[in-house]
Amino acid sequence: MTPNGSSGWPPRGSLSHERPFVRFPGWAPVEKPAVSYFSDVGALVRKDLLLEIRAKETVPAMLIFVVAALTIFHFAVPTGDVPVAASQKVALGLLWTAIVFTSLLGLTRAFVPEREQGLMDALVLAPSDRSAIWLGKAISVFAFLAVTEALALPAFAFFFYGVGWNVVAAIVLADIGISAVGTLLGAMAVAGRARELLLPLLFLPLAIPIIVGGVGASIASGPKYLEFLGLYDGVFVLLSWAAFEYVVSET
Amino acid sequence: MITATNLSKRYGAKRIFDKVEVRLEAGGFLLVTGPNGSGKTTLLRMLAGLDAPTKGTVELPERGMIGYLGHEPLVYRELTPLENLHLFGRLYRVPERGERIGMLLERFGLWEVRSDRVSTFSRGMRQRLGLCRVLLHDPQLVVLDEPFNALDQAGSELLDATLDELHGKSAVVVATHDPERVERLATQRLAFA
Repeated sequence: MTPNGSSGWPPRGSLSHERPFVRFPGWAPVEKPAVSYFSDVGALVRKDLLLEIRAKETVPAMLIFVVAALTIFHFAVPTGDVPVAASQKVALGLLWTAIVFTSLLGLTRAFVPEREQGLMDALVLAPSDRSAIWLGKAISVFAFLAVTEALALPAFAFFFYGVGWNVVAAIVLADIGISAVGTLLGAMAVAGRARELLLPLLFLPLAIPIIVGGVGASIASGPKYLEFLGLYDGVFVLLSWAAFEYVVSET
Repeated sequence: MITATNLSKRYGAKRIFDKVEVRLEAGGFLLVTGPNGSGKTTLLRMLAGLDAPTKGTVELPERGMIGYLGHEPLVYRELTPLENLHLFGRLYRVPERGERIGMLLERFGLWEVRSDRVSTFSRGMRQRLGLCRVLLHDPQLVVLDEPFNALDQAGSELLDATLDELHGKSAVVVATHDPERVERLATQRLAFA
């Protein structure tokens, strides 16, 4: 859309300093159309995906980290006379360790554009619901995790063993919880001085239930641990959604 | 528009300012001056609703009616001007967004680079884009912290003309080290020591 649209604006290039541009005809703030919450979320997600596609700063780093970690684990875990069942359990534990630390890397970078350029100020002054900022960022983090794991799982299969659908389901549920909690904590850490230290200190204790549920769902039969992860997601998505307003509000 | 009563700000034991009073009506223009570190930015952040006073109260317009320009232009560097302004236009509920954005970009001399990434811009061009973002939603209260920073002669004249147009319509708060530039518009002055 250009200024030469159908609303009667003069052709491009003809605008002068004298042309009033505040409260121009047809500009009626009190009659602003309602723009839905999810349109805001969609715009924020699109922005984060565009930033990542162009800057390529987060997902490539996460990919390199997770593959490097799995490679180290491959050479660190003893083989030979270890029973296959035991070796599989150890390997799955290492997979979840790699997932949590990789997600921590992604979360550390989640609010970097907003932090470095002070953009949180412009976002929180918008009349849109502030929880849309959290939801948009959490969806973006989830997408980055999903892309990373889509490549990490084949790498895990190459170094260790193939994974079943129970592991995939557990990872999807864990990613929801990690994105929800991690995004909230990431926003808190943005405001702090020791932010690189603060995020791991806050996130890792809250990730312990994810590890418990993820490893449990990976090695045990039955839906018990998946339900546990689902419950964790439900509780922390709701808490994070409700708490974000207070995290970013100074006044 | 703004009623700030008995504002005080402290960071720990350090006193930034005490007992500042501001009353600014629609159309008013508050000029804030003072040396570096005197508390101008802290006060402007309070008057934009971004920071809370240690003591005192601030009454402001509702959130979507404030336009704030800080020391950074507050735009995403990896997005283009069009993408930035469409994002903020959506979040700030700007009607007829495309036309409004086109007009502002034209006005601030950024139309020809509307599809270039902001990361390729000079500091002055980013400042111009920051001003477009501030004015995008036609705010009732405009808070500008050192807005002439990084602007060249043409950019400064554009900002002069913009402030002239805002004068008498929106409430404007400007902190600057170059008070002569906007002295003619000021209806109130606040000088930090």
